Amino acid sequence: MFGFDAIELARMQFAFTVSAHITFPAFSIGLASFLAVLNGLHFYTKKEIYLQVFNYWKTIFAVTFGMGVVSGIVMSYQFGTNWPIFADKTGPILGPLLGYEVMSAFFLEAGFLGIMLFGRDRVGPKLHLFATSMVALGTLMSATWILSVNSWMQTPAGYSINEVGQFVPENWFEIVFNPSFPYRLVHMVLAAFLTTALAIGAVGAWHLLKDSTNKPARLMFSMTMWMLITVAPLQIIAGDEHGINTLEYQPAKIAAMEGHYETEEGGTPLIIFGFPNDETERVDYAVKIPYLGSLILTRSLTGSFPGLTEFPKEDRPPALIVFWTFRIMVAIGFGMLGLGLWGVFKRWRGSMYESRWLQKASILMGPMGFVAVLAGWVTTEVGRQPWTVYGLLRTVDSAGPLEASAVGTSLLVFIVVYFTLFGAGTVYILRLMGQNPDEGTDIHDLGPTRAAGITPGLAKNLSNEEPKK
Amino acid sequence: MIFDLAFIWAGVIAFAVLTYVILDGFDLGIGILFPFLRKKEDKDLAMNTVAPVWDGNETWLVLGGGGLYAVFPLAYGVVLTALYVPIIAMLIGLIFRGVAFEFRWRTEKGQYLWDWSFFGGSIMAAFAQGVALGALVQGIEISDRLYAGGNFDWLTPFSLLTGVAVVVGYALMGSTWLILKTTGAVRELAYWFSWRLSFGVWVSLGLVTAITPFLNPEYFTRWFTWPTILFSVIMPVLLLFASYLFYTGLKNRNDVTPFLATLALFTLGFIGIGISFYPYIVPPTLTIWQAAAPDSSLAFIGWGALFLIPTILIYTSYSYWVFRGKVEPGEGYH
Repeated sequence: MFGFDAIELARMQFAFTVSAHITFPAFSIGLASFLAVLNGLHFYTKKEIYLQVFNYWKTIFAVTFGMGVVSGIVMSYQFGTNWPIFADKTGPILGPLLGYEVMSAFFLEAGFLGIMLFGRDRVGPKLHLFATSMVALGTLMSATWILSVNSWMQTPAGYSINEVGQFVPENWFEIVFNPSFPYRLVHMVLAAFLTTALAIGAVGAWHLLKDSTNKPARLMFSMTMWMLITVAPLQIIAGDEHGINTLEYQPAKIAAMEGHYETEEGGTPLIIFGFPNDETERVDYAVKIPYLGSLILTRSLTGSFPGLTEFPKEDRPPALIVFWTFRIMVAIGFGMLGLGLWGVFKRWRGSMYESRWLQKASILMGPMGFVAVLAGWVTTEVGRQPWTVYGLLRTVDSAGPLEASAVGTSLLVFIVVYFTLFGAGTVYILRLMGQNPDEGTDIHDLGPTRAAGITPGLAKNLSNEEPKK
Repeated sequence: MIFDLAFIWAGVIAFAVLTYVILDGFDLGIGILFPFLRKKEDKDLAMNTVAPVWDGNETWLVLGGGGLYAVFPLAYGVVLTALYVPIIAMLIGLIFRGVAFEFRWRTEKGQYLWDWSFFGGSIMAAFAQGVALGALVQGIEISDRLYAGGNFDWLTPFSLLTGVAVVVGYALMGSTWLILKTTGAVRELAYWFSWRLSFGVWVSLGLVTAITPFLNPEYFTRWFTWPTILFSVIMPVLLLFASYLFYTGLKNRNDVTPFLATLALFTLGFIGIGISFYPYIVPPTLTIWQAAAPDSSLAFIGWGALFLIPTILIYTSYSYWVFRGKVEPGEGYH
C-alpha cells in the first residue's frame, strides 16, 4: 500500500501513535505535580491565589489527561495487533512490568482524578489534597514502569531464552533496574517537568504582556523561572550521563548521533553541523570542533570511541535522522538554561514581570519542551534500530503476518482521527490558556465545565472558593 | 494440577474483563442512548452521572489488555491480529467518545459535533467489542504460534449478532444506571427504555445461547453431557431469577434493583461463555496452559496483583461513594 510494505506501515503507525501519545503524558506528568504543589501550598498557607491557579490549570489538565487516556489505550493494544511476535516473545518479561504500571499507576490516576476534578466540595480540602497527590504519584509511577519497559528493550538484562524463543525472566531486579533505566527515568521525568514549566511560563508571560500586575500570571511566570534555573542544569548533566551510559551499551547509537563513521585515534572532533551520509559514510558540509567529541564522551582529549563503520551495515541505525534530532534536543535544552539565566538576571534587577523581551522569549519557548521530548525520543528509538530488543530481536522479525492493506488503512484512520480530534483538543487547550487567570474563574465565563454539572446549584459559589463549613 | 498459577491468572483476567464490561458497559450505554435525550440539559445531566468515573472504568480495559500481554502473551498476539479490524474500530470508537467528555463543555457552537462523537464512538466501541467476542467464540485459526486466517474471518452473521447483543445490553445498563442516578424527565425516559431494551436483550441473549453450542462440538458436549449438563439447568434458573428481580424492580420503580439485576444478567452471560470456553483461552486449539507465560512471570505479577487489585477496588469504591446519590438538574439534593 502506497509503495510501503506491511512492516514499514506498521512502524509508521507505531511511530505516529506513540509520538502523539507521549506529548500528553509529558505534559500531564508535570502538570499533576504542579497541581499537587499548588494544592499543598494553598493547604498550608491558605492563600487564595494558589487555589486560583490550581483551578485554572485543573481544567487544562483534565483535557490533556483525557487525550492521554484514549491515546494510551491504543498503545496497549497495538503491541498485539501489529507486533504479535514481539508480544509473544517479550510478553513474559515486559507484560508483568506493564501490568504493574496499570495496577499501580493508571488506576491510581484514574481512581482519584474524579475527586481531584469534581470532588473538592464533597471531600474537603485535606482529602482533596490527598487525591491530587495520588494523581501526581500515579503519573510518576507510570513513568517509572514504562521507562523500565523501554529501557529493558534498549539494554536487556536478567533474562534467558526458552525453547520456543520467548525471553523469560531470570532475575526481576536486573530486569526492572536494567543498565539504562535509571538514566532514562531521570532524563524523562526532568524533561516532563521542564516541558510543563515552559508551557506554564508561556501562559504566564502571555498574560503578563497584557497586564504585568496580573497576580496569577506572575505566580506562574515566577515558578517557571525557578524551575528552569534549577532543573535545566540538572537535565543537562543527566543527559550527559545518559549519553555515557549509551556509549557503553549501545555504541552504534552514539556513533550515529555524532555522525561518527571512522574510529579516530588521538582525539575525536565534535561535529556540530553537517549531513551524515550513510552511503558515502561521511558527513557532508561538516563543521567540527577538534577534541570536543572525545572530551564529552570519554572525558579526555584523546579518548577514542567506535565509529559506525565498525558495525556491520545491517546493524547500523540511520545516522542523518538521529544526528539532527539529537542536536535539536540539545539546542532546546541549552535554550531552557539560557532562559532561566535571563530570568535570574531580571529577577535580580527587579524587573522580571515587566521585561517584555523575556516574556516574548518565554512564549516562543512555550512549546519547545514538546519538541525536545519528541526529538529526544526519536533519537533514542531510531538510534536503537534495527532492533526492538537490542541485539536480540530485529524489528523486521517482530511483526506478525500482517496485510499491508489492513495496516495502511488503520494508519490512515489514526492519522485523520488524531489530527482532527487532538487538533480540536489543542485548540480548546489554547483557548483555556487564553482565558485571563485573574478574572476569577467564574465557571459561566468559561462555558460550562463538568464541575458545574455535578452540583449545579452550588457551582457558582464553589468554582473559586472554599466550601463554607 | 488445575489450580495452578495459569488457572488463577485466567480467573484474574476474566475478572478484569467482567469488571470492565460492567463498569464501562453502563457508561458506553449512556453514549448509545445520548441522541434520545433531546434536551441539552438532559444530555449534560446524563454525561455528568459518569464524568467522574469513566477514566477509571476504561482502565479495566487496559488491565485486560495489559494483563493478557503479561500472562498469556501468545493469546494476546494471536487474538489481536485475528481481530485486527474490530479492535482498531473499538480503539477509534473509544477515542471519539473519550475526548467528548471534555470537549463538549469547551464549545457551544460545536457542542452538537461532540454529542455525535460521544454517541458514534460509544456505539462503535460497543458493537466492535461484541463482534470481537463473537469471533472469539467462533474460534481462531492458529498455526506456528501465529494467527493463520485472513483479515475478515471474524465477519460472520454470528459475530454481527453478538455485536448487536452487546450494543443492546450496554444500552440497557446505561438506562438502568440513569434510573439509579437521575430524577425527573431523564429517569422517566430511562424507564421507558429499560422496558423495551430488556426485550431486545432477551431476544439476542436467547439467539446467542441457542447458536453457541453448535459452533464447536466441545461446546455442545459441555452443555449437553453429564455432569456439565447441570450448568444447562442451573444457568437458566439463575437467569430467570435475575430477570424476575429486574421486572419487579422496574414495576415497583425501585432505583437500584433494575441496575443490579442487569449486572447480574451480564455476569451470568459472561460465566456462560467461560463454561463453554474452558480450558481454552483461544478456542478451538489454544488452552490456558499453552498460552501462559512461565510461572516466574505469573508469580512476579501475581504478588503485586494480590495486593494491588484489592487496593484498587477499595479506592474505586470510595470514589463511587463520594459521587453517590442522584445527580440533579437545577435544584439541590433531596
